[in-house]
Amino acid sequence: MGGLPRWHILSGIMATRQAQVLGRWALAPAVTVLAAWSFVPLALTIYFAFLRYNLQDPDNTGWAGFSNFYYFFKDPYFVKDLINTVLLVAGTIVTTVVGGTLLALLLDQPFWGRGIVRLLMISPFFVLPTVSALVWKNLIMHPVFGLFAGIQRFFGSHEPLDWFGRLPLFSVGIVVSWQWLPYAALILLTALQSLDEEQKDASAMDGAGPLSYFRYIVLPHLARPITVVILIETIFLLNTFAEIKVGGIGGIAGNLTYLVFSQLNDATDVGMAAAGGLVAVVLANVVSAFLVRLVGKNLEA
Amino acid sequence: MARRQSPRRTLLITIVAWTIGLLMFFPIFWTAVAAFKSESDAYSLPQTVLSTPWTFENFGIVQDRSDYFRYVFNTTVIVVLSTLLGLMFAIPAAWSMAFAPTAQSRSSLSGRQWLAIIFSGLVICFLGLYFTDWKPSNALVGFALLLIFVVPGSLWAWSQNTSGTLLWMLSTKMMPPAGALIPIYLIFNRNGLVFKDWGWINLSDYNLIDSFWGMVPLMTLLNLPIIIWMLFTYFKEIPVGILEAARMDGASLWNELFRVLTPMALPGIASTCLLNIILAWNEAFWSLNLTNKYAAPLSFFISEYSSPEGQFWAKLSAASIMAIAPILVIGWFSQKQLVRGLTFGAVK
Amino acid sequence: MGSITLKNVRKAFGDTVIIPGLDLAIADGEFVVFVGPSGCGKSTLLRLIAGLEDVTSGTISIDGEDVTEAAPAKRGLSMVFQSYALYPHMSVYNNIAFPLKMAKMDKAAIDAKVQTAAATLNLTQYLQRRPGQLSGGQRQRVAIGRAIVRNPRAFLFDEPLSNLDAALRVGMRLEIGELHHKLGTTMVYVTHDQVEAMTLADKIVVLNAGVIEQVGSPLELYKSPANQFVAGFIGSPKMNFVTGAPAVNRNAATIGVRPEHIKISKDTGEWAGTVGVAEHLGSDTFLHVNAAALGTLTVRAEGEVSVSYGDRVFLTPDLNRIHRFDANGVVIR
Ligand SMILES: Nc1ncnc2c1ncn2[C@@H]1O[C@H](COP(=O)(O)OP(=O)(O)OP(=O)(O)O)[C@@H](O)[C@H]1O
Ligand SMILES: [Mg+2]
Repeated sequence: MGGLPRWHILSGIMATRQAQVLGRWALAPAVTVLAAWSFVPLALTIYFAFLRYNLQDPDNTGWAGFSNFYYFFKDPYFVKDLINTVLLVAGTIVTTVVGGTLLALLLDQPFWGRGIVRLLMISPFFVLPTVSALVWKNLIMHPVFGLFAGIQRFFGSHEPLDWFGRLPLFSVGIVVSWQWLPYAALILLTALQSLDEEQKDASAMDGAGPLSYFRYIVLPHLARPITVVILIETIFLLNTFAEIKVGGIGGIAGNLTYLVFSQLNDATDVGMAAAGGLVAVVLANVVSAFLVRLVGKNLEA
Repeated sequence: MARRQSPRRTLLITIVAWTIGLLMFFPIFWTAVAAFKSESDAYSLPQTVLSTPWTFENFGIVQDRSDYFRYVFNTTVIVVLSTLLGLMFAIPAAWSMAFAPTAQSRSSLSGRQWLAIIFSGLVICFLGLYFTDWKPSNALVGFALLLIFVVPGSLWAWSQNTSGTLLWMLSTKMMPPAGALIPIYLIFNRNGLVFKDWGWINLSDYNLIDSFWGMVPLMTLLNLPIIIWMLFTYFKEIPVGILEAARMDGASLWNELFRVLTPMALPGIASTCLLNIILAWNEAFWSLNLTNKYAAPLSFFISEYSSPEGQFWAKLSAASIMAIAPILVIGWFSQKQLVRGLTFGAVK
Repeated sequence: MGSITLKNVRKAFGDTVIIPGLDLAIADGEFVVFVGPSGCGKSTLLRLIAGLEDVTSGTISIDGEDVTEAAPAKRGLSMVFQSYALYPHMSVYNNIAFPLKMAKMDKAAIDAKVQTAAATLNLTQYLQRRPGQLSGGQRQRVAIGRAIVRNPRAFLFDEPLSNLDAALRVGMRLEIGELHHKLGTTMVYVTHDQVEAMTLADKIVVLNAGVIEQVGSPLELYKSPANQFVAGFIGSPKMNFVTGAPAVNRNAATIGVRPEHIKISKDTGEWAGTVGVAEHLGSDTFLHVNAAALGTLTVRAEGEVSVSYGDRVFLTPDLNRIHRFDANGVVIR
């Protein structure tokens, strides 16, 4: 990270030794607590990951070598949940980015009641994850009393689909997408609105049809906000937990976060849970190292 | 939107947009409808939108059964205090990065010195282990971890230049909670599982799990990077000359921050707070894992309705509506200001 | 009191040297103006004096007291910024009172001082307004008001008038001049407008690339510039520089003649040329005359001159007011 941040030269800053000293003191509390927050738990997790430590038998602890990792990787749930994690993140991101772009393009048009539609559309984003999981599971996707079941019966089916039972991952995907679609749409819509009117006119003058206008003007303009949407959704979606726990599908379609939780909560195995936690950290770091680099460039420019 | 288009097109778009908007909103609407049904109506098939009679009894029952207002109170305490605490850390930090950034990496340590620090940490640990017959006390393990990871880590964080610090702060937000759950759970746990007795302080005397003492700082830490980022982007827009004028006028750092900078950045600070309130209100992972009664927020309150003991669709709906109504209203009113925060300031 | 002494002051940003080493003495009560082309380090120098930047080496003392390491507020100086830097969230009253509040003065004393300053600057009726509700000139006066209440040892102005329109600039210029006479406090004033420099200054410091080219009173600089840079910089329109035969004849590499020191005639003179663009200002006429090998010369004639585009004319420089420069641009006396 060496070198001069660009804005250092561009804008006036307080560069006196005194201001620098003050600045360091002002930054100290935040850096200290964040360093503690990011290093202490991580250090402890690493320590626990090499420990034989079960809460049922807390006095019988000892050095476990790599066996926690060995058993964690051998756990059939691991591979399954890893795949689920990736599928959930990737599926939701694709759905929300594509859907969000379309929605944003739609909402960018003039029509009657834009303000209200906008409010309706972004509402799901403010819904507590626990609430949305319960509502979708019980009121919408329930095999007997759910709305979908009602619709299916209306079309003559006698055995409506048990969404959370039969398609658990897909169902959670729908719930999560429902929550994040408004986010993507809102961000992309804001970005679209900053595309200036003159560019639209100019491209029309140049004879660009709607498709090439989208391809050559809109899409490049949306590149940066889309990166941001992907970055932020990834951070949150990798850690999807409430929807899975409250939806009661941890056993059939959990993700890594849930697996770690259940190692601690159900199996009371601290060592294994810590090993799992470390795997989750590594995974998140691999993904985010890539993304931060991508977005970091954007943010500094 | 000065562009004119044919009324037919406008009508078409209006229909499509309203359809999609209503579809997106439908689950919330459906829940609200169910909340006003009597429990037996909620179960009658086929489902109807307009059941008679409408009833408010569910809300009363939810309040009686789970003491809704206590959860609202808990949530409010956690959200408000964590936001205020966050601002106290973030305002000086964001000021520092926006107005007195460090350009060069100020690490005075060479690679070899880093190695030396870590190596000496390891040696001390080894000696500690040796003299305790390989059965280290908690305090010793904690001390060792401090030496090997935390001190070098913090030194490293310190040695970054400003843009490095910013990116590092953002990256702490990417640390999955699963990676921190185990130690936090064990440290918070009242039953003295680990690292409780440090000799001079015994954490078993303090209840951290299911208490505001645990949840408020935790929530602050979770969202601190975002608050700092947001404030940083807002502060960057304030001309440095005004702060310099304050400095010439003899303002101390405190006065410069809280009598000049903060009032000027008030709109930005307000939208930062809003974002933080929404994130904290909707936080579920730590709330579900670390609370169950005294400090439990609404996330937890609603999860109590997930256990299938008996059928209570209408009450579940009422509880859901009660849990989301406040934040939904806040969200509606502040959506314009939120966009920038929702992207960490990357889209304005 | 307010004498400022810079000794061997050097300033570099990283590897870029902005001020390579500079000595300057400003006497108590003096009105000193820094002029120079854009980017020459005027603002930097002012900010060094203010303490908003650190010197790389050298010392700054005020009234004989070394303030090189002192915090800005401890130097007893007031600064008026180009952008005014008013506190947008405070009323005019609070803006002016702010430095006094910071000095923990009691309320009554603050009020008295603010009222006096407001009266001096004709701001009394605006005291309750916010800066956003004021015109540019009024904002400028608030900035000055905020500076004077502290009774500073010296005022620092960084291009205070450059954001104002031309008419207002003239008015404010007079007000600042008046203020200086009234208060008698040292003023250091940065500008690149040489009319401001000539009219306000007791002493002008001409800077070029961080180096002082010449220090002197406005007329000194006008009458006897030390070098070609100063000669070209002071005076409007710019001095004409002529090389070649006319210069060699006078034992110089270059000679300079101010436009107002050239006589124009239709039938006789030293140099011949054709009239290009003529700018008629009423009181004066600026003629751009194409004088073949000598290049384009600017001539300032009083009142109306009846020549038109393409006319053939003759120019004669005032022999007593020719400036001679050697090959390095240094004046030959
Ligand atoms: N913080 C900084 N970092 C690096 N270079 C700087 C910095 N501040 C100023 N400079 C450089 O120092 C030189 C002098 O700048 P300064 O602002 O003093 O010029 P100036 O004479 O006031 O010009 P102007 O008339 O345009 O205001 C410029 O080349 C500028 O680019
Ligand atoms: Mg300048």
